[in-house]
Amino acid sequence: MDGVTDVTASHCTGCGSASCPGCSRTLDPPRFCAECGRRLTVAVSPGGYRARCRDHGELTGP
Amino acid sequence: MPGDTTPSPVTLSPPRRGEPERPAIDPTEARARIHTAEVALLDEQRLLTGGELAGLAALPDAYVTSLAALAHQVRLAWCGPEVEVEGILSAKTGGCPEDCHFCSQSSRFDTPVKATPFLDTDEVLQAAEETKAAGASEFCIVLAIRGPDERTMQRILELVPMVQEQTGLNVAVSAGLLTDEQARRFAEAGVHRYNHNLETARSFFPNVVTTHTWEEREETCRLVRDHGMELCCGALIGMGESDEQRIELLVQLQELDPTEVPLNFLNPRPGTPLGSEQPVAAWEAIRWIALFRLGLPGVILRYAGGREVTLRELQSMGMTSGINALIVGNYLTTLGRSADEDLQMLSDLRMPVGALTGVL
Repeated sequence: MDGVTDVTASHCTGCGSASCPGCSRTLDPPRFCAECGRRLTVAVSPGGYRARCRDHGELTGP
Repeated sequence: MPGDTTPSPVTLSPPRRGEPERPAIDPTEARARIHTAEVALLDEQRLLTGGELAGLAALPDAYVTSLAALAHQVRLAWCGPEVEVEGILSAKTGGCPEDCHFCSQSSRFDTPVKATPFLDTDEVLQAAEETKAAGASEFCIVLAIRGPDERTMQRILELVPMVQEQTGLNVAVSAGLLTDEQARRFAEAGVHRYNHNLETARSFFPNVVTTHTWEEREETCRLVRDHGMELCCGALIGMGESDEQRIELLVQLQELDPTEVPLNFLNPRPGTPLGSEQPVAAWEAIRWIALFRLGLPGVILRYAGGREVTLRELQSMGMTSGINALIVGNYLTTLGRSADEDLQMLSDLRMPVGALTGVL
């Protein structure tokens, strides 16, 4: 695992757990909201991704 | 420690589960097998038999570079130097009723992928524009479904000409199993190429999919060809299949005669039944890229999912081992490396980007 964790986040973006130290892999978009752990609606396109949390808005990346 | 010149220990990439031990072989016999393949493919212009391919697959690791060098010459002789670049888009993600054990989009497994409805037209067109900006000539609209219902058919039939008109890209579609009528309608609407993967050999397929059969997939592949679309029919390596089953798949692909074969390597996805498998070892992946080119000399052999995870620094070597197409940018649910990196790699290899449709 190539855990990438936002130190200000309270939930893992790979599994949504509050206790996971970060299991998201390098080439995975975030799947869970770092703030609340809710599953994100993710759209991946050739040039980037958009990950949206119902309560905490949208995150985009390459 | 200052002054300590002891080199760091090097850990060799170990054989993975299911990777066969390949005993040493008489060098004369090894060279003879490679020479026979060279004469068949470059002089006689004939396909290799399953037995000949099995003989090459059994060669020890030391011969992988020889297989790769021959595969590169075969690719140049049969297909030319161009590399076809494609972008793909998951237009409808997750919630699939099928149980393909490698797939994070199946509704039967508890994976992190959340099901989402068909993207809006603007989102599809934006993705096509991103694909065009990356220098691609192909754009594939992919849906995680068993097969299209009428509403989905209408959406795809509406999108294909819009993408073509706005971007000038060739538009391919991947929407699961088709009926004869659906294949006809796609062909009439200008779908240039239809993707439907066999994934693995007939004998191994029930180990990884139980909700439909290999024969159903084969039937859709035949319908695609019957209606005049180009067939894109891919493989997924690394699900636990044997070398013999990979050769079996190669022979089955020879019989189907697709225009394109996307070569995927398993990227184990959390929550799927294959989630704890190890990726194929990089050197083994190079061996199978070469063998796919030697078995399918005239196809567009495309780098597809899993290459970054599997090959790491050997990605450019794959391009000189038989690959002549790649998916640029991101995949369906995972990210890829940047398009700029791939285009730089092709430039460094002096491989021109070009559409291969109608060339072969």
